[in-house]
Amino acid sequence: MTTLTFRLARPRLPALPAQAWLSVAVLLLVLVAALCAPWLYPGDPQDMTLPPYLWPGQDWGHPFGSDLMGRDLGAGLAHGARVSLLVGAAAAGLTLFIGVAVGTLAGWYGGWVDNVLMRLTDFFQIVPRFLLAIVLVAVLEPSLSVVVLSLGITSWTHTARVVRAEVLGLRQREFVQAGLAAGMSQTRIVLRHVLPNALTPILVSTSIVVAGCILSESGLAFLGLGDPNLLSWGAMIASGREAIQTGWYMIAIPGAAVMATVWSLNVLGDQLNQYFNPKLRD
Amino acid sequence: MRAYLRRRLLQFVPILVGICILNFLILQLAPGDLAEVVAAESSGGDAAMDNKAYVAQLRASFGLDVPAWAQLLAYLKRLAHFDLGYSHRFGAPVAELIGGRIGATALLGLTSLAIAVAGGVLLGVLCARRRNGRVDRFVSALMALCYSMPVFWLALMLVVAFGVKLEWLPIGGMREVGAEALGARAQAWDIARHLVLPVVTLSVYSLAVYARFTRASMTDALQEDYIRTARSKGLSEPAVVFRHALRNAVLPVLTLVGAHVGELLAGSIVVETVFSWPGLGKLTYDAVLNRDTNLLLSILLLSSLLVMTTSLLLDLITARLDPRIELQR
Repeated sequence: MTTLTFRLARPRLPALPAQAWLSVAVLLLVLVAALCAPWLYPGDPQDMTLPPYLWPGQDWGHPFGSDLMGRDLGAGLAHGARVSLLVGAAAAGLTLFIGVAVGTLAGWYGGWVDNVLMRLTDFFQIVPRFLLAIVLVAVLEPSLSVVVLSLGITSWTHTARVVRAEVLGLRQREFVQAGLAAGMSQTRIVLRHVLPNALTPILVSTSIVVAGCILSESGLAFLGLGDPNLLSWGAMIASGREAIQTGWYMIAIPGAAVMATVWSLNVLGDQLNQYFNPKLRD
Repeated sequence: MRAYLRRRLLQFVPILVGICILNFLILQLAPGDLAEVVAAESSGGDAAMDNKAYVAQLRASFGLDVPAWAQLLAYLKRLAHFDLGYSHRFGAPVAELIGGRIGATALLGLTSLAIAVAGGVLLGVLCARRRNGRVDRFVSALMALCYSMPVFWLALMLVVAFGVKLEWLPIGGMREVGAEALGARAQAWDIARHLVLPVVTLSVYSLAVYARFTRASMTDALQEDYIRTARSKGLSEPAVVFRHALRNAVLPVLTLVGAHVGELLAGSIVVETVFSWPGLGKLTYDAVLNRDTNLLLSILLLSSLLVMTTSLLLDLITARLDPRIELQR
């Protein structure tokens, strides 16, 4: 008697370039640091626990050294990762929400709704993004939620345009027309049939949006427009600036953390983009 | 062409009015107003908050004692007369403040823009010619790092390397103290030396974006039939790449410049703050910190106007360069 054996295909890791793996590794590291910060470095990262001007590597108990006030740079990095990831994710979420809502309404209803919403989009595209973000944060007093809000409000325009174009195209398709003819409610058609088809290009580039938000957050914090109660990477760089002559590592280390995180998110976004849009593939 | 220009310029008016209104509303969100800030400062701390009469007097002199809609109307009316108003914090007319700073920022911005476009396009061409080759992979990886870097961090690292360690270049300001006494050539040299680090900082990000974009559009252009024709005619490689491919590939890159002029202005806030460059970016930062509403409104308006004008100019240039594009809308 013959036995049929079924062998499951061994799950194979996709063939990705080395930099894609590197980016995933960096992101995991940042994520772990952010999640474990309260255990790794209990207490407030702003506390002065070490002698000041401790260079990285001088004391292996504190591998990143300390800043000019004796705050552990390692603690700042770990707790700053929480701020960066939180602001990045929340601001990107808000960006996507506003962008998708505006784009869908404009594309689906057309007419004057489209006109008004697109003029609003023009406005946010004409006034320089970072300038507007600075003004908003300064006007509303810096805090974590204000930073998230102003980054979200200033970066949704691209998403809105892409979603609008997709919805505009899908609205003419047979399955949408069929739904309308069958008497389905517009809300249901949009939510169940149009949006799932329109969102791929947006969701794929989410990590690039997160990267942009993290970069802007660090800029705001550097200018003194971050939450004053939280230590973020940008704020660490700003305070290290006073020691630029003697302790440049205080600037270099948190900056490298921002760069590594943003780079990884960008690479990840590019890879996902290439995977889902074969047209872009090299 | 002239009719097109007139129509586009007329379209500016409603957009600008809309932008002014929205800017005004955003600044109205602020809790408290300039009068309270000034009053609190002038008599030291909270005691001033009791001094209602003084606050009311300040408010009246700043024109803040009428309802918001009346302030908005007054603002629009002033604008219609090309009057940007008075900066109560700096004690000077806004137009004068901006006029005194705009030269420094224009020098910084235009130099950066020129370097970013020229460098970015050249690098992009270099990458596209041998795609996935060694040069391409190296340059692309470098560019990916360049647009992941916080601008202010790059500025500080350049200061550390070239100002503190090597001591090659000045790290702040626009001219040396006492440079006014020097000859014209020495003065220009002095400014050029001060310009190096801010320009490098400001152009790196855009350069990376242009390089990436040019690479993509050159790659497409090099696969066109007319390139094969040009090659089969026996044209030299530079003629094929620069005269035939690049001319077509550079158009989409040019349209990017319009969006980037605004980014450049926003980037100059950070760069000018780090390098104490006496330009608009520094002024903007001071205006933000001091809640100088009139000054901020004018800066926001000016930057919007700049972005719109640039994109109009670019539309005209693209239409000139590409006969297939007709100026009608």
